[in-house]
Amino acid sequence: MTIIENNPELMAEDRNDEENYEGAQTPLRRFLSDFCEARLAVFGFFIILVIALVAIMAPFIAPTDPYNLATVSILDSRLEPGEAMMSGTIAYLGTDGAGRDMVSAMIYGLRISLGVGIGSGIIAMLIGISFGLLSAYAGGKIDSVFMRIVDIQLSFPAILVALVLLVTLGKGVDKTIIALVVVQWAYYARTIRGTALVERRREYIESAVCLGLSKNRIMFRHLLPNCLAPMIVVGTMQIAHAISLEATLSFLGLGMPQTEPSLGRLISNGFEYILSGKYWISVYPGIALLITIVSINLVGDRLRDVLNPRLQK
Amino acid sequence: MSFSDSPTLEVKDLKTYFFTKGGIARAVDGVSFSVGRGKVLGLVGESGSGKTVTGFSILGLVDEPGRVVSGEILYRGENLVSASMGRMRELRGLNISMIFQDPMMTLNPVLRIDTQMIEAIQAHEKISKDDARQRARDVLGQVGIASPDERLRAYPHQFSGGMRQRVAIAIALLNKPDLIVADEPTTALDVTIQGQILYEVQKLCSQTGTALIWITHDLSVVAGLADDICVMYAGRIVEQGSVNSVLDNPRHPYTHGLISSVPSRNRRGVPLAQIPGMAPSLLKLPKGCSFGPRCPQVTADCGIIPNISMLDKGRQLRCHNPLDALVSPKLKD
Repeated sequence: MTIIENNPELMAEDRNDEENYEGAQTPLRRFLSDFCEARLAVFGFFIILVIALVAIMAPFIAPTDPYNLATVSILDSRLEPGEAMMSGTIAYLGTDGAGRDMVSAMIYGLRISLGVGIGSGIIAMLIGISFGLLSAYAGGKIDSVFMRIVDIQLSFPAILVALVLLVTLGKGVDKTIIALVVVQWAYYARTIRGTALVERRREYIESAVCLGLSKNRIMFRHLLPNCLAPMIVVGTMQIAHAISLEATLSFLGLGMPQTEPSLGRLISNGFEYILSGKYWISVYPGIALLITIVSINLVGDRLRDVLNPRLQK
Repeated sequence: MSFSDSPTLEVKDLKTYFFTKGGIARAVDGVSFSVGRGKVLGLVGESGSGKTVTGFSILGLVDEPGRVVSGEILYRGENLVSASMGRMRELRGLNISMIFQDPMMTLNPVLRIDTQMIEAIQAHEKISKDDARQRARDVLGQVGIASPDERLRAYPHQFSGGMRQRVAIAIALLNKPDLIVADEPTTALDVTIQGQILYEVQKLCSQTGTALIWITHDLSVVAGLADDICVMYAGRIVEQGSVNSVLDNPRHPYTHGLISSVPSRNRRGVPLAQIPGMAPSLLKLPKGCSFGPRCPQVTADCGIIPNISMLDKGRQLRCHNPLDALVSPKLKD
């Protein structure tokens, strides 16, 4: 049953459409070309890639294993950059107070810092998305309750909440991640609720309701994908924030244990020697931390510009 | 009006109010009508006259602070006002579907057309993905989309406005509903595409026996498409009847005003007739007949809300001072 057969106007319209169809950029391609307009962001992205690769490949790249107490010797402690250790390996960035090669310690420390930052970021994002989406979709009392919890959470300084939690829970990777998730989820929840409140008023949600789709399907398949752009931006920024927060906590003596030092822990370890001229123990991990966070923020900034509909040309 | 066999949808004394901070807005205040199999009902009125809320009430889409206060919406004898959420979900998309005004907004921008169509089918039927895709393809062809196979794999942004509205209509038709509520579906489209879509829809209704409620403010669309017409003003139906009798011979001053304000090529250069004033705010309706303050025929009687009077051939009218049967503005050509 074809209703319109060879209607000339319709065919003309189809042809026009066909041209658009071929020439149309996919949203992904447009996004990529927009993103690449900023050199600095692309540079930041490559730095992140390199850092991530180094972190992932740590056991193969690092000259020594800083966690292996059998090979770490106290006799190697506080060697200057370039000196040879007992094993004969040259410590290009010196060694720390425990006799660990700084290059290896930093590579492993980066691995922990990134792992904790990204891990906690992803978990917090999942929790935040679930709460925020439900809050926006259900509205009413559920919304009020969830958002008051978020308000309370956000009214405490992040560092204070994390400190209290870590003092109670103790040290360790898992506990640090828990503390960071508790501190961060509320940001995600509030951001996605804001977006979802706007999106759920759109007609395509109403028409999905009209098609008789189930609530879960509407929420996760129709609403969620349309709310993801701001989440990418917040996620990037929050991961940088989590990494620096973890460094702060470790610097203060909480967070990561002495045996598995993260970048923050390494900075803190070197702090006691910094006035005696042994700068390298603190300064090099500090630079590594700085480069990591600045690169992530450069990328995050660009993402915010590209994904912001108000700034779109 | 042919009410001989039982109508697909019967709305009886429907009242949908919005309980806002500023007071109660009686968006729909005692509306009754019915649509039979294969019939098209045009619901006409200015912005804010309650047309869309009537449509939303039928599908159970009225959101807080609004609610259906009283009345019955009988779909094949089943009262939708008291139906459970689950039952409404079963009916939506399968038996009753809706077409929205803005085709740019009704398709989810991040999902491909085939995803959206297949899930609409699978929401109501246990059917394999391939069979569902096949049906989606057929329906797309049916609403005049060329090379439907290719189009199924496209995203909404790759379509023009007219094509998108066609896709939206195709989605509404997927499950062969008995009733379609179309809320100004052609308002955002240009006239040639509007013409095609009207033609398609009309043909579909007569072929499949689907009842259609066409909500619009465009009288010329209703004139060409609908069988019956309801003219709404400030939440009430002021005049109702078959399209020809109402448009050729409007008895309510508001209907008359609406028809006279349609531009016509026979009166070029002559200032268009207007209805003076503006549609009243639903929160501050005038006492008595709400059209009173704008009505040229107003008398002291109009301080009381007029009752519905039945005229011949199923025509209904809500006016104290109806116009003569002889006053007939020309809408056609």
